[in-house]
Amino acid sequence: MKKTVKLMLLTAIVFGVWSFTKTEKAIDNGYKVGDYVKDFKLENIDGKMVSMSDFEKAKGFIITFTCNTCPYAVAYEDRIEALNKMYEEKGYLVIAIMPNNVKVKPEDGMKYMRARAEEKGFTFPYLMDEGQRVYPQFGATKTPHIYVVKKTDKGNMVKYIGAIDDNYQNADEVKNKYVEDAVNALLNGKEVNVTETKAIGCSIKV
Amino acid sequence: MKKYCLIIVVLLLDCNQEKNNNNKSATVVKTEESKAETVDLIVYDYNTLEPLLNKKDGKVYVINFWATWCAPCVKELPYFETLNKEYQSKNVEVILVSLDFPKQYEKKLKPFIVNKNLKSRVVALNDVDSNTWIPKVNKDWSGAIPVTLIYKNDKRAFYEKSFNLEELKKEVNKFLN
Repeated sequence: MKKTVKLMLLTAIVFGVWSFTKTEKAIDNGYKVGDYVKDFKLENIDGKMVSMSDFEKAKGFIITFTCNTCPYAVAYEDRIEALNKMYEEKGYLVIAIMPNNVKVKPEDGMKYMRARAEEKGFTFPYLMDEGQRVYPQFGATKTPHIYVVKKTDKGNMVKYIGAIDDNYQNADEVKNKYVEDAVNALLNGKEVNVTETKAIGCSIKV
Repeated sequence: MKKYCLIIVVLLLDCNQEKNNNNKSATVVKTEESKAETVDLIVYDYNTLEPLLNKKDGKVYVINFWATWCAPCVKELPYFETLNKEYQSKNVEVILVSLDFPKQYEKKLKPFIVNKNLKSRVVALNDVDSNTWIPKVNKDWSGAIPVTLIYKNDKRAFYEKSFNLEELKKEVNKFLN
């Protein structure tokens, strides 16, 4: 009897410690402005694998960590599509990556991503970060979280990290279009003025 | 030996109590809508919120940034509620700063406050220019929620992570003499 009780307590302690460490996950590393981005190979909603190297003519990319379920990400869906429409032909296309653990957020699963993309008419790749290996390399912490990268001889260099603009509630009241400003500067051969911004978002589900 | 058994009995009782509470909350739901209208929600922009994050009255403030749509936030709310109740006598106050969208205040936030029977002070922050105010809360905050700020006078600590009760108490205890 005594042994059983001790065992029960031990199990409780071990379980307690385990759940404690599980909440400790934090990302301190990740790309900074000026770093080169490692290419990825992730499955698109059409079943094909997509890498940055597939787009030979691209001048750069607007890498967008986003998902179906975060209200902030949803608030930006139309603006992400607008960015792709505006810049794809000019050489900067949007590549969206869904970073959440679909076991935690089943509504972010591939079939839901496909449905959402069809419903909203997304014209950009919407990739699943299978195994959640890519977002930690970037150091993304939330959705939406944007990385503008420029193609150079040495690789794809990070030029901007942060928010799309400064008003998640109302696209009509935006004062600063951070991503547009960054891409416009790069297209004009200039340096990006504001290279990093902060915005509220949903933590990536691990 | 007796002690161990007692602990387990207490744990079991605890579970039962929780069940009862759930039953109770089911009856509350009916009147939820009418009650939600009576919730006084103070809405701040960052400039008016800032004094709440910088009081120098010797009290320990535990400021949690959350939203009803944020699952990990909702999951850890009971721990903050427990802390607020158990540490009131130790001069600790929990303030829950909601980042829900303004259009959700009536539809979601207020009913949530009533339904979950939140006793801690809940305020709302409505300030779209997050790039300006996020670094003022903490320079290392990426913008993801939940986050928690614990401070007493000039001593401050910031956590971009989820808490469990044990760890929350451990961090707050560091601020108690």
